Amino acid sequence: MPLELKSKVPAGPLPEKWDRHRFDMKLVNPSNKRKYTVIVVGSGLAGGAAAATLSELGYNVRCYCYQDSPRRAHSIAAQGGINAAKNYQNDGDSVQRLFYDTIKGGDFRAREGNVYRLAQISMSIIDQCVAQGVPFAREYGGLLANRSFGGAQVSRTFYARGQTGQQLLLGAYQALEKEIDRGGVTMFARAEMLDLIVVNGRARGIVVRDEITGTIEPHLADAVVLATGGYGNVFYLSTNAKGCNATAIWRAYKRGAAFANPCFTQIHPTCIPVAGDYQSKLTLMSESLRNDGRVWVPARKDDCGKAPGDVAEADRDYFLERKYPSFGNLSPRDIASRAAKEVCDEGRGVGPGGRGVYLDFADAIQRAGEDRIRERYGNLFEMYQRITDENPYQVPMRIYPAVHYTMGGLWVDYNLMSNIPGLHVAGEANFSDHGANRLGASALMQGLADGYFVLPNTLGDYLASNKLEPVATDAPEVVAAVADVATRTSRLLGVRGTRTVASFHRELGKIMWEYCGMARSAEGLRTALELIPKLRAEFWRDVMVPGEGTELNKTLEHAGRVADFLELGELMCRDALHREESCGGHFRLEHQTPDGEARRDDDRFAYVAAWEYAGIDAPAVLNKEPLVYENIKLSQRSYK
Amino acid sequence: MQLTLKVWRQRGPDVEGGLEEYQAADISPEMSFLEMLDTVNERLIEKGEVPIAFDHDCREGICGSCGMMIDGVAHGPMKGTATCQLHMRTFKDGDTVVIEPWRARAFPVIKDLVVDRGALDRIIGAGGYVSVSTGGAKDGNIIPVPKLDADRAMDAAACIGCGACVAACLNGSASLFTSAKLSHLGLLPQGQPERYRRALKMVAQMDIESFGGCTLYGECQEACPKEISIDFISRMNRDFLYAAVTTSAESGVGDDS
Repeated sequence: MPLELKSKVPAGPLPEKWDRHRFDMKLVNPSNKRKYTVIVVGSGLAGGAAAATLSELGYNVRCYCYQDSPRRAHSIAAQGGINAAKNYQNDGDSVQRLFYDTIKGGDFRAREGNVYRLAQISMSIIDQCVAQGVPFAREYGGLLANRSFGGAQVSRTFYARGQTGQQLLLGAYQALEKEIDRGGVTMFARAEMLDLIVVNGRARGIVVRDEITGTIEPHLADAVVLATGGYGNVFYLSTNAKGCNATAIWRAYKRGAAFANPCFTQIHPTCIPVAGDYQSKLTLMSESLRNDGRVWVPARKDDCGKAPGDVAEADRDYFLERKYPSFGNLSPRDIASRAAKEVCDEGRGVGPGGRGVYLDFADAIQRAGEDRIRERYGNLFEMYQRITDENPYQVPMRIYPAVHYTMGGLWVDYNLMSNIPGLHVAGEANFSDHGANRLGASALMQGLADGYFVLPNTLGDYLASNKLEPVATDAPEVVAAVADVATRTSRLLGVRGTRTVASFHRELGKIMWEYCGMARSAEGLRTALELIPKLRAEFWRDVMVPGEGTELNKTLEHAGRVADFLELGELMCRDALHREESCGGHFRLEHQTPDGEARRDDDRFAYVAAWEYAGIDAPAVLNKEPLVYENIKLSQRSYK
Repeated sequence: MQLTLKVWRQRGPDVEGGLEEYQAADISPEMSFLEMLDTVNERLIEKGEVPIAFDHDCREGICGSCGMMIDGVAHGPMKGTATCQLHMRTFKDGDTVVIEPWRARAFPVIKDLVVDRGALDRIIGAGGYVSVSTGGAKDGNIIPVPKLDADRAMDAAACIGCGACVAACLNGSASLFTSAKLSHLGLLPQGQPERYRRALKMVAQMDIESFGGCTLYGECQEACPKEISIDFISRMNRDFLYAAVTTSAESGVGDDS
């Protein structure tokens, strides 16, 4: 029987939906809030903001993170900025424009209602963060500064040097620590969620492994929020932190939550290229650099070996400016990434292995002066120099696309609730707002919108609308979930094979990058669908996890995450194979226009693909939520 | 490159630890320090041995997870650089490198190079925030903030909470960490109402957590991967002194010289 996937987007005109919905939702009496316990897994922008806000409202909150402190969540690494439709620059911005840019940027594969709400809330986010003391960049007059980002022709991005994610996260973290100190939030750091507990069809808790003692215990609550980030590390090399993983959402999927659009992954155009086999992760260079940097490669293959300064101006191909004159270097991420891949495939790439393009600041330095450029991007230039030993003030940066973000995630309705009642999903972990491609500076916006403003409202409605009986720690569902985790942990430790966890992870990453990366084909995806199950079988036969389960064992933690990636990778390929169109980050070689642009098929694929777990050996079942556009006209995306 | 590592190994919090020697062979100078340790660990795992435990996450110098004493220096020899951003080109073929965990009374060792830095979170919890609940904030441009104040606040707010300042300090003091947060919030108009109360409470929490006192040696500033200035410590001392000798800690009318 297919899942019932109701988007629950409220009726009425787009600008009034959220207001009306807030009025229609039930409220929990202030004195009753303390009787409810809410579990929040993850302490990044979405989780940290939700945990702090729910506690401020009076709920009992239990918050979990795998790191040693909630301040380490990977939101901290976001560099460029956060969008908001403030129109402080008087350049024609509005809620409607941010809404439209986001829907269009996502290649018309996101829900109108959700995205409009996001654009509306964007303004409150900036106000809240300023009030918390987030040190946003300012003009000399004392007002907030803005900069431009890809996929938009207005300047609506707020920033704190190249550390916007850090400063926004610290704002949420400080609010969280305030609530921990007050006793509203109980924080569990170095704690990993390894399963979801579902009782009578409702999410009622999680199974947690204490990373220091190895103790595996159930934690029960009235509702569960997963804010555990994206699954980009399925590719092994990505800009994600090493610990980022899909385990929480994957185990929820295996307990019945639908996984939406898993193949929608974002490859970011401006990362430092891979240097060698030992490489453990990739480093992003903020998209904001494309405000002033010009992307080019030599026009002729023969010039690729030359020093960049020796290639004459006339012999350079500024390919983004050439192909997309109106957006130029600020074309959206999917388009810029694919264009870079194309020129490298033509043999015109630069640097070791020919997998790189230049990002050149010479013109900007000449125009604005080195001091101005240093003020805008100083920390990014330093980071680049530290890693590559090259000075970007003197020679152009070399960049190449890398996996950065996953638009897919657990399916949620307008209330951010999955198809398992009581299981809410926020931030990158859900699929909701970015369609097939996310615009720059929109991830921070969505994480904070979900955490500060959406969940604190919708979660209350869920609690007030449902009668939730207490669950005993010895209920059969609880005991079974704990036993499952214990069995799995001892299985991982029991193989005692010959290969390292990292070697399996690297091999999976190569398969995913090759066949499910920037350009995908039916043939390649079928190959991946043969290779991944074989690799998974080998993993369970030959992986080596030294040490024990009753101590701090980072190899064991990594092994559990890789085991889940080995299943998720297969689902991603299956989704990519079924989606016979190109849209946003999903580019199918069979579906392109004569000039190599993505060709969507709105008649057949204007839907959310929500996959349902059907057992370990059975293929996942596809459910569809049609995307209904009442307010905007679907058009071929053009940035030319 | 080939290096000899002497690494602190300690099974658990209450177990005695010691330095053990490892050979790091075939190391590329382009590797990061943590990639060098990954390589050593993978070879240990292949032999069925327990790898060296260390904290790390973003590997781009911003999350603050990583940190170790490298030849006795917090985060190693390169100034303004976290361990994850340190590259092997800084070392020479044949070098012997001693790797130890942060050493401070307030940071108990959990395992090998992994320590418990929860005390830093509790210092923030004691007052390192502006007490505004979500919702109800006025427009972000309603209070202009002079650019230089915002920039200076950002200089302080750049702290990544890694704990290197504590590890580098002879007294194991958390003054640089605490003063960075006090200055970040104290330099902005939004932080004024709680400025003096915040100073009292965060400084008191440092004592509770058994951090040592500050004697202004400046080792913290040298070790800080974000090069946060000890000028902020003077600022903290000024705010603390003012709050301690007056009764107006709650009023926020303090004189900011």
